[in-house]
Parts: sequence; structure tokens; C-alpha cells
Amino acid sequence: MERHVDQELKELNKDILKMGALTEEAIYKSVEALKNRDKEMAESVIDNDANIDKLELEVDEKCIDLIARYQPMAKDLRLIATGMKINAELERIADIAVDIAQRTLELVDKPLLKPLIDIPKLTTVAQNMVKMSIDAFVTGDIALAKKVLLSDPEADELRNVIQKELIEDYMLKDGLTAPRAVQLLLIARFLERICDHATNIAEDVIYMVQAEVVRHHPEKLRDSE
Amino acid sequence: MKEKIITKNLNLWYGAFHALKNVNSNFSANRITAIIGPSGCGKSTLLRVFNRMNDLIEGVRMEGEVLTDGINILEARADLVVLRKKIGMVFQRPNPFPLSIYENIVFGAKIHADNIKKDRLDEIVETSLKSVLLWDELKDKLKKPALRLSLEQKQRLCIARLIAVTPDVLLMDEPCSTLDPQATARVEELMRELKSKYTIIIVTHNMQQAARVSDDTGFMLLGELIEFGETDKIFTAPKDKRTEDYITGRYG
Repeated sequence: MERHVDQELKELNKDILKMGALTEEAIYKSVEALKNRDKEMAESVIDNDANIDKLELEVDEKCIDLIARYQPMAKDLRLIATGMKINAELERIADIAVDIAQRTLELVDKPLLKPLIDIPKLTTVAQNMVKMSIDAFVTGDIALAKKVLLSDPEADELRNVIQKELIEDYMLKDGLTAPRAVQLLLIARFLERICDHATNIAEDVIYMVQAEVVRHHPEKLRDSE
Repeated sequence: MKEKIITKNLNLWYGAFHALKNVNSNFSANRITAIIGPSGCGKSTLLRVFNRMNDLIEGVRMEGEVLTDGINILEARADLVVLRKKIGMVFQRPNPFPLSIYENIVFGAKIHADNIKKDRLDEIVETSLKSVLLWDELKDKLKKPALRLSLEQKQRLCIARLIAVTPDVLLMDEPCSTLDPQATARVEELMRELKSKYTIIIVTHNMQQAARVSDDTGFMLLGELIEFGETDKIFTAPKDKRTEDYITGRYG
């Protein structure tokens, strides 16, 4: 039996999917701008953030409206509550993409410190984690959510490699590289933070589907594997 | 948590109709338990078992046990007058007697004990009305007919009438269904106040009310108790798909 609220919940799913797509695009463009030293692209990420903020408010309002009008229970309630949390996570991710774009703008006029290899790799990991976490939300796919959680150590490892290289091979050897190396260090840190937000989304999806809180409880995740 | 009412393999038939099927449950003392479920699921029947109200219906047959303080109330030798003093009931539509407010409250007390002194009766009236937060409103109108009160006041009066005979358990069958939202909120607040002294079991169609007011919730369907547990769990993460379908409006 299709209920009226089902149609509205589908709309909510669509909105979050759209929020996810805009956020993924912001991550991609922020790092493409860095790779290609493309000032315009970096600026477009910053400009487009207002649209993501606007959509975030709309999704939030929709969720509150659904709660007020339908007083949802059980899995409907979990879906809406999770939708609200994911919405906030995505908005934070988009803000981080803006941070990356701002660091990029600091770097575009300066000579390239080094060829970018691991930062694009970390970007791919971050983008995939965000995409998978949103797909897991939309399809309620627990296995995919768990895959996101399993990807997080890879992101941490890449961030460590980037950090070690920038500090040991550049900053310690030639102090003059520090201003550019610090920007790249920050970008690596930002990308790793994006992965942490994707992990939060995946944990929220597990709660939504299984009604089990795995956030801050890694042992529960191991038990359910 | 102390168990106040326990049902073991409880079955009830109205003639050939099997209305309660193997109901096993524990109702804890000093908690509010809500029983929810679609019309005809057996929730009011279960409530009425607890003070043997179903005995009045022809062709009723029961099996199993219903224990309160270790005594099986289904046994033939159970004293129904004592039972109904101990386990009182509030109905959907408030049903005060066509007597004064005062006489409504002391009615039960007079049945259960002879020759109670006027001072004692006055005391019972005051304490009972205070428990349902009606004393300040009605203390100067005790001789007025109870039937002239508002619906909410009548329902509170019916609760006061129960309290006057010092029960342990209050059974409430849709106690707010005739009240407006404000009166409902006040009766719910009263229930929360009363639970420190009484075990409260409420049957309600209003799921939001069950979620708001109860500590535990049981979901019934076609005479079976499908799921029983803490209210916050039942309404956020029910274990049984049938419970989930009902509380999210997918049932049927």
C-alpha cells in the first residue's frame, strides 16, 4: 500500500541525491583546479557553495515539515532523522571543498612545488567514499555502507604518506618551500576530513537500515560482519 | 522492575471466536504500559481480563493464568469485589453516576467498608480530588451534580473515584478519545503524576499518545501479542515487521 508520505520520502531521497552530486562535483572541481592551476574553476567552487547551502536549508525544512505533519515512526523516522544528519554532513563536505579551493587560489600563481600524485589519489578515494555513502543511503545498502567504512584507513594512510613527504622531503630540507607545502598539507588534511564525513554518513545509513548505532562502537561493526 | 500483572498462555474465546491467543506478558509496577493495535485486535479484551470485566459477556471462556501479586485472578474463587477494588478501570466515555461530585467519590469507599465516619469520607474526597488535580476547582461545588462537569472534569472525576478505593492498578480504555487536545494533554500529565503510585495500563488507538505517555508498549494483532517492549524501542526500532507496518501506517 503506497502511502502519501512515501511520495514525500522519495522526494527527500532525490534531494539528498542531488545534494550528494553537487558536493561530489565541488570536491572534484576543487582538486582539478589545483591540478590544472585553474583559478576560474577554484572560484566557481567557492561561488557555487551558496547553492549547496540553499539546498541544505530546503532539505532541512522538508525534514522538519515531514516530522511535523506525519509524526513518523520506526523506519520512516529513522529515514528522516538520517536524512537530516546526512544533509548536514554533505554541507560540511562542500564547505571543505571551498577550503580546498581557497588553498588552491593561494597556490595558482606560485611555481608548482612538486608533481601531484598522491593528492589526486586521495581525492579519488574521498569522492568514491562520498558517492558510495550516498548510494548506500538511497538504496539502503548496508554492504556498501560497510565498504565505505573499510575505505577510511586507506585515506588515513594516503594522508600520512603525503604529510611525511611534504615535511621530510621539502619543508625540512628547504624552509622556503614551507608556504606552498603547508597549503598542500592542509589540502591533504581537508581531503581526509571529507573521508571522515563520508564515514559518518555510512554509519548513519547502518543506523537507518538496522536501527543499530555503530558510531563510536567499532566492535558492533565487527560483530555484524 | 517489579512485575505487577503477568499473563501466561492466556487464551480467551467469545463463543467460537478466539479473541486472545496465547498471550504471555509482564506489566511492570509504577510504569505506564500502552497496548496498541488495530480495531478488533483484542487490546480492550485483554484490558478487561485484568479485572474480569469480560465475565459479564455471555459465552466467554478463558484459559491460562493472569497473576497479580502471585494470585491467579482467573480462578473461580477469586473475589471480584476485591479484585475490582484493586484493579480499577476508566472507560472511553467518562461515566460518573447521576449523583453529586462528593457522592461519586465516596461511592466505592462506602461499598468496601461500612460505617465510615464523615470526617474520613471528607478526607477521601479531598485526597482523591487532589490526586487528579481537581480539588481547587471543585472544593466549593462538591454537592453539585457530577453530570454537569465538563468532559475532562468528568474523566478526572472517574479517575478520582477509582483512587478513592486505593487500587494498585489503573486500567484505561481510550481515556482521552472524547477529549480535545488540551484536555488530553492534561490527562496525560495526570497519568505521569499517578504512575509513581499506581501501575497504569492504557489501551489507545492514538499511537502518538502511546509514544508520548507510556514507558512500555505492546502491539496486538488478531488476538496475538506480537511485540512487547520499551516504548522508545518499539517506536524507533520495532523488531517485528508487523509492528513496523502498523506504526508506520502500512498495515492493511
